[in-house]
Amino acid sequence: MSRPVVLEVRGLLKRYGGVTAVDGVDFTLHENEVLGVIGPNGSGKTTLVNLITGFVKPDRGKVLYRGKRISGLPPYRVALKGVARTFQMAKPFYQLPAYKNLVVPLSSPRVHALAGGSYGDRDAVAKDLLEEVGFERDSWVINKAAASLPHGYLKRLELARCMALRADLMLLDELFSGLSLAEVASMVPVIDKLRSRGKTIIMVEHRLRELFRIADRVLVLNFGQKIAEGTPGQVMDLPAVREAYLGSEAEVGDA
Amino acid sequence: MSRRRERIDRGIKVRADDIYALTSWREMLYLAAPRVAPVLTLLVVGLAAGPYWQRVIMTTSMFALLAISWDVLAASGMVSLGQALFFGVGAYTSGMLNHYFGWSPLLTIPLAAVIGGAISTLLLLPVLRLRGLYFAMVTLIMPLIIERVIEATGIFGGTEGISGLASLPHRLVELLVAMVMVWVALFGLRRLMDSDYGLVLKGINDNDRSVMSAGINIYRRKAEALFIASSIAAFAGAFMTHAYMFVGMPVFAMDYSILPIASTVVGGVGTLAGPLLGAFILVPLSELLRGLGGLRIVIYATLLVVFIVGLPEGIFPYLKRKYTQFERWVEVEK
Amino acid sequence: MFEATLIYGLVNSVILALVALGFNLTFGISGVANFAYGAFYVTAGFLTWSGLNQLGLPFGVAAALAVLITALMGALMYRYLLLRLRGLVVSEVIATFGVGLALLELFRYLGFIGFEYTLPVMIDASVDIAGVVVDAQRILIVVVGASLAALLWVFTRHTRTGRAFRAIAQDEHTALTLGINTDRVATISVAFGAGYGAIAAVVILPLGTISVGEGYNVLVNALAVCIVGGLGSTVGVIVASLLIGYAQMITATYVDTHWMMIVSLVAILIILLIKPSGLFGQQKELEERI
Repeated sequence: MSRPVVLEVRGLLKRYGGVTAVDGVDFTLHENEVLGVIGPNGSGKTTLVNLITGFVKPDRGKVLYRGKRISGLPPYRVALKGVARTFQMAKPFYQLPAYKNLVVPLSSPRVHALAGGSYGDRDAVAKDLLEEVGFERDSWVINKAAASLPHGYLKRLELARCMALRADLMLLDELFSGLSLAEVASMVPVIDKLRSRGKTIIMVEHRLRELFRIADRVLVLNFGQKIAEGTPGQVMDLPAVREAYLGSEAEVGDA
Repeated sequence: MSRRRERIDRGIKVRADDIYALTSWREMLYLAAPRVAPVLTLLVVGLAAGPYWQRVIMTTSMFALLAISWDVLAASGMVSLGQALFFGVGAYTSGMLNHYFGWSPLLTIPLAAVIGGAISTLLLLPVLRLRGLYFAMVTLIMPLIIERVIEATGIFGGTEGISGLASLPHRLVELLVAMVMVWVALFGLRRLMDSDYGLVLKGINDNDRSVMSAGINIYRRKAEALFIASSIAAFAGAFMTHAYMFVGMPVFAMDYSILPIASTVVGGVGTLAGPLLGAFILVPLSELLRGLGGLRIVIYATLLVVFIVGLPEGIFPYLKRKYTQFERWVEVEK
Repeated sequence: MFEATLIYGLVNSVILALVALGFNLTFGISGVANFAYGAFYVTAGFLTWSGLNQLGLPFGVAAALAVLITALMGALMYRYLLLRLRGLVVSEVIATFGVGLALLELFRYLGFIGFEYTLPVMIDASVDIAGVVVDAQRILIVVVGASLAALLWVFTRHTRTGRAFRAIAQDEHTALTLGINTDRVATISVAFGAGYGAIAAVVILPLGTISVGEGYNVLVNALAVCIVGGLGSTVGVIVASLLIGYAQMITATYVDTHWMMIVSLVAILIILLIKPSGLFGQQKELEERI
């Protein structure tokens, strides 16, 4: 592949007590690629996201972002380099209105530097971003306290926060979980758009049907280990994968 | 229940949330009154009062600063159970500077605010990495232990304290400086907390992980907020030291920890104006109830519990609602 | 000198552990940091004193009553104040702080100050251990301290309520789905914590006077031990008590008794610098960074 390498994960290992949550995972991610990460519950997907974004320190192994080591850096330093994440459990600023939620990442030094030393009208940028992820502009929704937003909106807010940071690499931790089919359908184009803008994306997902449509490549984790990697088509056909994960999910077979 | 209370914003607020179109003197007055009236009232009352009540107003102002400082900390996710720490560090700093170097209070007070803020921030820096509860525990412990250390080791004048410190030039200067400081702190910090900088602080309180993942160094921001808040409290300590021309162990007393919390809770947490209002209710009240002596702290603590359990909103948000909104009962269909 | 430091250091450590156990127990189970803990401790002391001197009860009865009433106060505080604030940690902290302060300062106002407020030692005797004379009360403290810690261990492992305690300590929502009434268990945990504090008061206070200042001291000591040991960890409490207890005794013997207070402050500052969640902190790594 000729595209530059964005992320390199080498022998990443994390133990919690006696449990090895992530067990020597390796993978490489190229510019503008969408990587899906799948695996049963407890297979270490979220820990992997935490390890890459600095929320958890690895016991062994390293993470390189554009050739520079980011493992061991505190989360904010990782984010400053342009690696943003969403949280599986949406974590908005409950007391703030929806659009003000985005003013926080818009106040980041990274945005300041990228915007050429000026933040601009953060409120306006925030409202634009919200519209992009599917908030109705000029409606009451964007002014509503995040605590009172329905689940679907919170997930969109999570995505908008990554976009506000102008991240190059986005780690979306189960962005689609708990969303209705229609809501997922409305989110997919947003992710396509991000890809067309040159973003690199890691998607941890349980919604395989949608994921397999978006992802260029899929990584399968089981008990913290990488058991398969390949295009969605290849991954689906692997017997080990079917056994470990897809066995019960017959719907995937015809996706 | 077939009726419910309906609240409607008064005309001027309905038009826009942040930009007001001022079309008449009446509307200007409506907006300015809640800000100007308290400033003027305090000034007039302060100048008209006798020396005793002038001193009460001065003391109250300092307690108000402590309370505002507490509220800023709480809004940034740091619950302080020991404002006395900041107050005491400021008091001792200015006392030392004046006693040993003979510097004028006009110099030692601002210096003590900055140095005291820095010392307090450094002392608490390690706690900022942990959840809020640790901050509460450590701030509660520190003034108690420091008091004991001074008592035991006799440093900084020991149990006797240091008396004979320089006073401020004139009683009126003292009073006016106190008032100016209160209003500067209130309006300045309100502006700060409403700005995007304050928004990030509130974000840290709400959900620090998201702030981290936005590439913002939350320890630094918390340390900055702590420095700002503790400097204000240290100023109060330094000011009182020179007002009473004495510094000693009582500056670490429980009064300076409990009163700011009680004022804030009674006035309304997170409003900044509430703590000020609370202080101006509670401190003069305790002066009126002087006969009760030691019962003062009991009353504060009880009020604190009653408000936090029964009336968590506080007085200020209630008043604000009455001022900015109409209320009426409307019939509700079943 | 060395033997004396060794023995009195142990006594001092057990006193710290006794005092911290109750606070730690409540926090470990219900997540409530009971800042009224010191006040409960002193309340138990004054209640015992009243039972003895005003009602003329025998010591055992007065002490038992005091422990029961204090535990009941803990339960009432939880049931009628804290339950309404469940989930609002800031409010919980402020409310318990307020209750503690109101109680302590009320005692001060009522005039419970002076040397007449003492509790009698239970056994007036002394023992010679390796050439060091130790009074029976201090030995009793060590015995009670050890048995309370052991009791706690047995209780949380082998009784129904105890296991419910542990379930809640691990995950409140799961506990709810297992049919455990978390509010009730939390109420019991606060009562237990207060009761433990009361027992500590009854055995420790005969060594000195019952005073309002003692309430603040106890709270400071309990918090210091918990911070150093790691909030919510019983092992942590014991290890931290030994560390601070001996450090204090060594300071008192070889430096000066006046500097004893500094030990806990220094211990807190050091631990916060090197391992903020405490020696045996059960905080998860993610939370530790916050």
